[in-house]
Amino acid sequence: MRVALFVPCYVDQFYPKVAIATLKLLQRLGLEVEFPAGQTCCGQPMANGGFEHYTAGCNSNFIKSFSGYDHIVCPSGSCVLHLKDHLHDEKQEAEADRIRSRVYELCEFLTDIVDLQSLDVSFPHKVALHQGCHGQRGLQLSASSERVVPFFSKPLRLLQMVHGLELAPLDRPDECCGFGGTFCVSEEAVSSAMGLSRIADYQQHEATVLTGTDMSCLMHQEGLIRRKQLPIKVMHIAEILSGS
Amino acid sequence: MTYNHHKDHSAAAAEFLVNKERVQWHDDALWFVRSKRDKAAFALPEWEGLRTQASAIKDHTLSCLDEYLQQFEQNAARNGIHIHWALDAQEHNDIVYSILARHGARKIVKSKSMLTEECHLNDHLEQKGIEVVDTDLGERIVQLNDEPPSHIVLPAIHIKKEEVGAIFHKHLGTEAGASDPQYLTNAAREHLRQKFLTADIAITGVNFAVAETGSIVVCTNEGNADLGVHLAKVHIACMGIEKIIPRTEHLGVFLRLLARSATGQAITTYSSHFQRPAAGSEMHVVIVDNGRTTQLGREAFRNSLKCIRCGACLNTCPVYRRSGGHSYHNAVAGPIGAILAPNLDMKKNADLPFASTLCGSCTDVCPVKIDIHDQLYQWRQVLVQEGYVATGKKAGMKVMAAILSSPGRFSMAGKLARKMLKWFPRLAMNGKLNPWGRQRELPEVPAESFREWYKREHGK
Repeated sequence: MRVALFVPCYVDQFYPKVAIATLKLLQRLGLEVEFPAGQTCCGQPMANGGFEHYTAGCNSNFIKSFSGYDHIVCPSGSCVLHLKDHLHDEKQEAEADRIRSRVYELCEFLTDIVDLQSLDVSFPHKVALHQGCHGQRGLQLSASSERVVPFFSKPLRLLQMVHGLELAPLDRPDECCGFGGTFCVSEEAVSSAMGLSRIADYQQHEATVLTGTDMSCLMHQEGLIRRKQLPIKVMHIAEILSGS
Repeated sequence: MTYNHHKDHSAAAAEFLVNKERVQWHDDALWFVRSKRDKAAFALPEWEGLRTQASAIKDHTLSCLDEYLQQFEQNAARNGIHIHWALDAQEHNDIVYSILARHGARKIVKSKSMLTEECHLNDHLEQKGIEVVDTDLGERIVQLNDEPPSHIVLPAIHIKKEEVGAIFHKHLGTEAGASDPQYLTNAAREHLRQKFLTADIAITGVNFAVAETGSIVVCTNEGNADLGVHLAKVHIACMGIEKIIPRTEHLGVFLRLLARSATGQAITTYSSHFQRPAAGSEMHVVIVDNGRTTQLGREAFRNSLKCIRCGACLNTCPVYRRSGGHSYHNAVAGPIGAILAPNLDMKKNADLPFASTLCGSCTDVCPVKIDIHDQLYQWRQVLVQEGYVATGKKAGMKVMAAILSSPGRFSMAGKLARKMLKWFPRLAMNGKLNPWGRQRELPEVPAESFREWYKREHGK
């Protein structure tokens, strides 16, 4: 099984520890993982801003970097959803199609492909899980609270495997944090207000750690938390699951 | 009764957010409605099946809308209803006025109709010296306060009961400082009763128009549509072309979904069926296009016409709850408004599809399965292609695309950005230059990127 690691561009530059944790976690599970050196970005920043027609370069570079792998794993639901919905290349559409069906968000990969049943890590803290919307509603990583379907959550199930970890119940378990790509600056006031109300929910339930499947949501909330100097540590779910 | 056309959503929302305590109250009030909706939906194991069915009925209806509209027209005419066709808002307003003029009507009672808001009917009639009284309590409150509704189902959701007390004190002569909902509602009731008794003509909206019977259904909780229609000699019902459903039995799907989605009620208090005028009375139905056939022709946006105006996407929207209905400067606010409004005027409403994080809660809550957040994404593409975004943004995106599509340029730019942030952290945190920094810190800058670490570790 040839597994490729796709590291979102901003994670590569600003959160290398999250990519390292993802790599080590996958390696600990006995997988051979490669990091294709030519990779850059999925193209989402342009596309969500209305400039999908500027993403041809990102698309062809992505296909060039990730052709031939059995699975492509990425520690971000948002980037994966973008690829699944929008990775196209008229010159090599068959390959684009193949990649779209082989790209996985990390928790999805651990649950559906690796079929992970237990983890030998411990994390004795009270943790709030932020369900990133694109992973949750887009990739169906977990049941959304609007839909009348049996409850499930892939990230939650994985966190439950961690020894000593206590999950903080939340009043609004899947409300958006307000990051939203360029939204976080073009609608700064609403974006920050949304993030702050998520953080109030974590605080009310005495969480000391905030985690999630998307570093972008976490970066935004971490920015708010650090500005207010609140006692909440922010960690990507890969960091907890890898025991790093 | 007009919107502030000069402020885009972002600026209007920032203003709304100045009063944090009020925003919290607004958010809580709407979240309460969303929670009631959840309880009602989860009480029905067949909920998702109902949504699928409703969506399929609407998809089918839209696919042969012309036939169903004609069927409705024929059956309604057979029932003695006068049918009028209006191409746009102006024609709609002219038709309504011509009916009023023919009857010499001076006093109108109106039950809630978002279509007449969309067409600005009140302004049109008031300019001609006609008194129009909105009889839905929430709508009467905003009308007295000279502002448009901020929500399609809960028009005065942004107004606190103390403020209603002040509005009623000024306009209805209630006691100063009163805020007891029962007292205020009673005062409104007395006031509206007089209006009902003296009205010449009643105008209502339409929730559903049934093609096979030529009848219309109007849903209210206050019974104001019935009271208005039964007391006045003439009933004018105004509907968009998308209100058609083929058969009466389809109401069994839509009425169950509508009230549960809107307010968490099992059914609205009054689901009133109007099939023919009473003896000696007249009934008119004005069928309005106003851009709907254009939307029908836009494949990516066609199914926005499935909307039954329940308001669930507004209640669930974390942006709407924190920016208020007026920030959308359109008769229909919230996520559904943001995909309908650009169809009417791209230039004026180019900001609305960007007033979203694309979280998708609207799509999951929608009782007729409109892919609202996907349409928001699609509208962004259209608005950019049609040239409705700032040139600065376009240039920035071009540079970003050039950097992000090349591994070499990406590595270099990343290194440079991290160095700049290390050297000039306060520059990047200046809220004037960079809105990110107004309320947020930037991430701590790592010594090396992942790719640098990987290269070092793996010696490639």
